[in-house]
Amino acid sequence: MEYEPVIGLEVHCELKTATKLFCGCSTIFGSDSNTQVCPVCLGLPGTLPVMNEKAVEYAVKIGLALNCTIAKYSKMDRKNYYYPDLPKAYQVSQNDKPLNYAGYLDIITKEGTKRIGVTRAHLEEDAGKLIHQGGKAGRLESSDYSLADYNRGGIPLVEIVSEPDIRSADEAHAYLTALRNILLYIGVSDCNMEEGSLRCDANVSVRPKGTEKFGTRTEIKNMNSFKFAKQAIEYEIKRQSALLDKGERVVQESRLWDVNESKTKTMRSKEEAHDYRYFPEPDLVPIILSEDYVNSIKKNLPELPAAKRTRFVSQYGLTEYDAGVLTSDQELADWYEEGAKHTKNPKGLSNWMMGDMAARMKEEEKELKDLKFEQKKLCELVDLIDKGTINSKQAKEVFIELFDTGKSPEAIVKDKGMVQVSDPAVIEKAVEKVLGENANVVADYKGGKQGVLGFLVGKVMQATQGKANPKLVNEILKKKLDS
Amino acid sequence: MELYQLTLHEAAQALQSKKTSSVELTKTVLDHLKKVEPQVQSFITITETEALAQAAEADKRLASGNNITPFTGVPIALKDLLCTKGVRTTCASKMLENFKPPYNATVVEKLNSAGAVSVGKTNMDEFAMGSSTETSYYQKTKNPWNLTCVPGGSSGGSASSVSADQAFASLGSDTGGSIRQPAALCGIVGLKPTYGRISRYGLIAFASSLDQIGPMTKDVEDSALMMNVIAGHDPKDSTSADVPVPDYTAEMKKSVKGLKIGIPKEFFPSEMNTEVSEAVKKAIEQLKSLGAEIHEVSLPHSPYSLAAYYVLAPSEASSNLARYDGVRYGLRVPGENIVEMYSKTRAAGFGPEVKRRIMLGTYALSSGYYDAYYLKALKVRRLIKQDYDKAFEKVDIIATPTAPNPAFRFGEKTDNPLTMYLEDIFTISINIAGVPAISVPCGLSKTGLPIGLQLIGKPFDEAALLKAAYAYEQSTDWHKNKPTLKES
Repeated sequence: MEYEPVIGLEVHCELKTATKLFCGCSTIFGSDSNTQVCPVCLGLPGTLPVMNEKAVEYAVKIGLALNCTIAKYSKMDRKNYYYPDLPKAYQVSQNDKPLNYAGYLDIITKEGTKRIGVTRAHLEEDAGKLIHQGGKAGRLESSDYSLADYNRGGIPLVEIVSEPDIRSADEAHAYLTALRNILLYIGVSDCNMEEGSLRCDANVSVRPKGTEKFGTRTEIKNMNSFKFAKQAIEYEIKRQSALLDKGERVVQESRLWDVNESKTKTMRSKEEAHDYRYFPEPDLVPIILSEDYVNSIKKNLPELPAAKRTRFVSQYGLTEYDAGVLTSDQELADWYEEGAKHTKNPKGLSNWMMGDMAARMKEEEKELKDLKFEQKKLCELVDLIDKGTINSKQAKEVFIELFDTGKSPEAIVKDKGMVQVSDPAVIEKAVEKVLGENANVVADYKGGKQGVLGFLVGKVMQATQGKANPKLVNEILKKKLDS
Repeated sequence: MELYQLTLHEAAQALQSKKTSSVELTKTVLDHLKKVEPQVQSFITITETEALAQAAEADKRLASGNNITPFTGVPIALKDLLCTKGVRTTCASKMLENFKPPYNATVVEKLNSAGAVSVGKTNMDEFAMGSSTETSYYQKTKNPWNLTCVPGGSSGGSASSVSADQAFASLGSDTGGSIRQPAALCGIVGLKPTYGRISRYGLIAFASSLDQIGPMTKDVEDSALMMNVIAGHDPKDSTSADVPVPDYTAEMKKSVKGLKIGIPKEFFPSEMNTEVSEAVKKAIEQLKSLGAEIHEVSLPHSPYSLAAYYVLAPSEASSNLARYDGVRYGLRVPGENIVEMYSKTRAAGFGPEVKRRIMLGTYALSSGYYDAYYLKALKVRRLIKQDYDKAFEKVDIIATPTAPNPAFRFGEKTDNPLTMYLEDIFTISINIAGVPAISVPCGLSKTGLPIGLQLIGKPFDEAALLKAAYAYEQSTDWHKNKPTLKES
């Protein structure tokens, strides 16, 4: 049977505030274990949390960027469960009154733009980190002993929960990419999956295509890259579909993505699931936000990817696709816009960036900051082509040197004596020579095989050491052959 | 009269007029403390060395003449749930037997800055859960008025230490009556301030939305002095209110003429102990003779306060006490795996009353029961608060008994938790409403046990309570009675 996947994503985003959510400890990643802790984030008896105002501001930014309603009244709740990485044995989170709710995020799919609902984006504290020693599977239950590092405990998180609007692993990937892009644009998180500042869980179920009722879902955890998320979701869709085809049932449970085996595995079933016993956190006061406060944050939001994409299309004459790629990363978009100031042909610049430049960067795993040249020089190359100084074949050669050395294209062209020949007299001479040497081909052409024109163009280019203006070569050849 | 028998303000006077030094005063108090301690057993930890060091510092301050407060050089005691840097803070639990906090509670910090000398940490019911101090893991504190009776609780050690002159004053905490009831039973003054008036930072939580620290003193003036030091907003406690703090000693001395006092009929049920109701009624008459107006008021939802309390407080407690898991500090009993370690640690570390309340709270918050219990209790809480709001439209303060009975005997109420819970019947709705209340001595029973008058005030109007209590106290002699430290 054909099944339709139904996917909802939960993304945890660590906010890059200087200090933790409820105390003054630093949030810097990578310090020695338990050096960024204090009585408050260690949950010592008698200590009390104090809300980090910056974290609320960042969380509101996220809500606004995701088109959410910002709650005028929201509150923190305690989510109670025992685990050694949770010093108070409860996580301060938000249950029934989240800060942000009812938003959406537009993603680009093959079929066009698709709107994915954002159920809520709420504020909570992160837990510490456990390092399990000995035993198998790196799990607390089976380790010889475990070490706890509370540096991460209490770092502010925003949990962004999507509606079950996602219908494929590709859409999930597009959602995650778009979300990460927005979070980076508004500057609230480093979104570094390796350092755990962006984490993702997926709720996946399948249903016979055309039916309305949701199937039984599983929750996949531990997907620490977008690639793994896509693979895990793909695997889970296949696994569930196969179960249903065999007439078996999907068990509601949490599953872990095993990177080594490339499969999802049972983590805990619903029967073992926690009853979190949520109740309002009595040590904190409700978060009450005025309209002025929310508006002032809104006013200071940067241009978001979707708006930038639309603008790039109208301002620079780019295609939707090209604009989408360029705005998929703020740094890339900024790099492009800076470059566009230096050329009359922004479309040409975009082509080079997305073509040869992107290919070389990918090949050599380079980032924009590693480039040896500035935008201005790439624009120079675009202009050299547009002016007819060099042809596109030459340009490719110039680009290689530009990329490798950072030398100015004009200088490269000069050094290589790479000037395009656009003098009709010179070209005509070369054409005549080629026609004379290839009488049989000319005969073929005249006999109706017009496809041989390309061969003759190539010969002329060869004869001019590739310097001839291909457009002119074409014109002159045709004129001669057709006369 | 011995030095240790002075009130706090008299002791301050003696120090500032150089009649004694803080070291001399502290030594005298410590000698007396240790002499009567085997009978009373007020303290879990006596901090003699630290106290003498603080006293020496205080003497330097007194000699310099700079920055002197009524607390400079005066020995006081702290309930053992207030965190004291480097000094073990047990909450009267085995769980925290060796817990030494690396920080001071804000109130401790404030008293230290004022120059106070702390002689020790007082006994209490384990994690403040109880009304007799009998649930302490460590010892049974005796009522100085009759050593066969309980001192009340949970701040029983704080009450007995002040009553038996082991300290000039103490700090207690009150979640459902834990300052006022032991104050009444031990014949001293106890004030539970408005929720949010005093920082809770460093107070080891029982029920966060109800807990409040307050003074336990020999007379009303001493409570006013203590409020001047400990009251006020604390950036470390988001629930502490940013409301101006008046000079309580100045407010206290104002006249009670025209003060409107409400008498809620619900607090004088026909079946109640007549000795208590008679003493309280007489006290109300006394206030009337001083110029106060007496009005009848009603707090119709107060009969539900005990039930609401025993959902709300244990719910919060079940969460607050979850951190005692043996992972980071406190008791740890090893197990084969993490769950076994948790279970063994908590089974060994907590006493039966604490376990009972953790189970009650866990149940009340459980999925499927939340609405029926916790949410319902929150609604009752609102109704109780509205009762007080309405009553305070008519009157300035409300007068009731503090406790339904004078001190009872050891073991008398331990078999049936409900009879123990009923000890707080007159105090508990005050915590639920978050309003302030004070207990002042207003009589002695035929058997010579103290009786307390409770005055309840408007939010943040502790000044009116201190004013009425002071006027009453100054016109009677009850506060001058002294316990005998005898068994009878």
